[in-house]
Amino acid sequence: MASSSDIQRGDAIHPGDPVIVSRYTTPKRINHWITATSLILLALSGLALFHPSLFFLTGLFGGGQNTRWIHPWIGVVLFVSFYIFFFQLWRANIPRKVDFVWAAHAKDFLAGNEDKLPELGKYNLGQKVVFWAMAALIVVSIVTGVIMWDQYFATATAIPTKRIAILIHSIAAVLMICVFIVHVYAAIWARGTLRAMTRGTVTGGWAWKHHRKWLRDLAGHGRIDPAE
Amino acid sequence: MSNSPITAVSNPPVQPVSADLGPRDLKRRSATLDLPPPERQLTEVAKLIDVSKCIGCKACQSACVEWNDTDPGVGENVGVYENPGDLNPNMFTLMRFSEWVNPETDDLEWLIRKDGCMHCEDPGCLKACPSPGAIVQYSNGIVDFIHENCIGCGYCIKGCPFNIPRLSKADHTVYKCTLCSDRVAVGQGPACAKACPTQAIVFGSKEDMKAHAEERIEDLKSRGYENAGLYDPAGVGGTHVMYVLHHADKPHIYSDLPDRPEISPVVETWKGAVKYVGLAAMGIMAAGAALHGLIAKPSTVKREDEEHAEALVEEAPKNGEGV
Repeated sequence: MASSSDIQRGDAIHPGDPVIVSRYTTPKRINHWITATSLILLALSGLALFHPSLFFLTGLFGGGQNTRWIHPWIGVVLFVSFYIFFFQLWRANIPRKVDFVWAAHAKDFLAGNEDKLPELGKYNLGQKVVFWAMAALIVVSIVTGVIMWDQYFATATAIPTKRIAILIHSIAAVLMICVFIVHVYAAIWARGTLRAMTRGTVTGGWAWKHHRKWLRDLAGHGRIDPAE
Repeated sequence: MSNSPITAVSNPPVQPVSADLGPRDLKRRSATLDLPPPERQLTEVAKLIDVSKCIGCKACQSACVEWNDTDPGVGENVGVYENPGDLNPNMFTLMRFSEWVNPETDDLEWLIRKDGCMHCEDPGCLKACPSPGAIVQYSNGIVDFIHENCIGCGYCIKGCPFNIPRLSKADHTVYKCTLCSDRVAVGQGPACAKACPTQAIVFGSKEDMKAHAEERIEDLKSRGYENAGLYDPAGVGGTHVMYVLHHADKPHIYSDLPDRPEISPVVETWKGAVKYVGLAAMGIMAAGAALHGLIAKPSTVKREDEEHAEALVEEAPKNGEGV
């Protein structure tokens, strides 16, 4: 039953021309956008304190003092929203054998020859890497972030611990921003993807092209809306 | 010459003196990439603390509280001579007491060290600070916190090799000894040096203080302290607060004074390699994505993909049938 675990609550086919496939339910999308907004705000406020040339970004948050206190709280929001999202999606993101066959043909994917690639479930390896990288980096960031959150946890750890935490925090942040760029760019590059997170649906053609096994599983399991 | 340092013992002039230490004297300014060089080179100053002359009276602490108008509050007995128990945002200097048994003589030695900012020539706090102008260093060597620019992040606390800065919960800015920069600006020495009854704390040009230390060290050596010496650690480029120690070969016996202080390599990596490599990595990722977007063909869904999907749905069992 490995394949059907890719099907998630709310995933369904709506026949028509074109066929429409529900990919993300409303709660999932709300959660995604809370996470996305938090991540962007965290990147801006964090970068402001990362390099002097970016300190002007504190202006977006009402100055340095405001940036300093608001950043960790946004971090808490990100952690909570992402981890609700995480438990909604993690099963479909477990890497499978087919993902590595797919990865070996990554060139064909970038060149648009997806017919040469094996049929995929709800996510491809790239999406899964983004998912797990974010999951790991967010845990690292919240742990190191709490260690360096002097307003509440100044006495909880010793200064040498805080130094290491702050170093790891900055590296994790850089990596997270890089993963974020990959994620956003991929969603734009693969046309027809963004609507999955706005309207919650994709076209049947999109599902056929990118996640054919997922589409076949939905059809095979009768996840077809009869009303249409 | 109001800008040439004078010893702390002399009395202030009767006539008002205008402050002669300002933004144009800055040698370093936190998170500032394009600081113009200072307009003049002030004489480097230093405070010299001779621990062998200290009687532990805490007059320096009282003078510090009075001059800086801080309020450390009523103390609590924590079972040691230190009062308060540690440096805090309202107590910029602290007499630390340690009882040390000299293994050579089996004598109990009561070591008293006046702790506080060392005014490093290479200040770790300033290096760590992300806020432009929150920490400055004047050309006379004084490292000062400019509170209106402080954002309260506490990075300086991680940057300091001596564990000195303290974050205030009241105004969310960080406090430490200013070396009485406001007094030095008008030709006066620090309040602690002024108040010291034994002149264990003296103030003047760094050169004079080193010469004075030499005399003291010679005297200590003649009285059997063969390891007497000056604490002016090279790891932080020297300091503008120096100690005469009777056991200069082991500074750590003086309430954990670091033997070889330096800015932590972790802090150097964070503020060095990570900053530059990190910015480059993010820049390359963003530029790479933009370039790929311009050059490469986007992945688009074709009409035939839609037809395939429609055919697949046509053939599929309807809701419930296939389960």
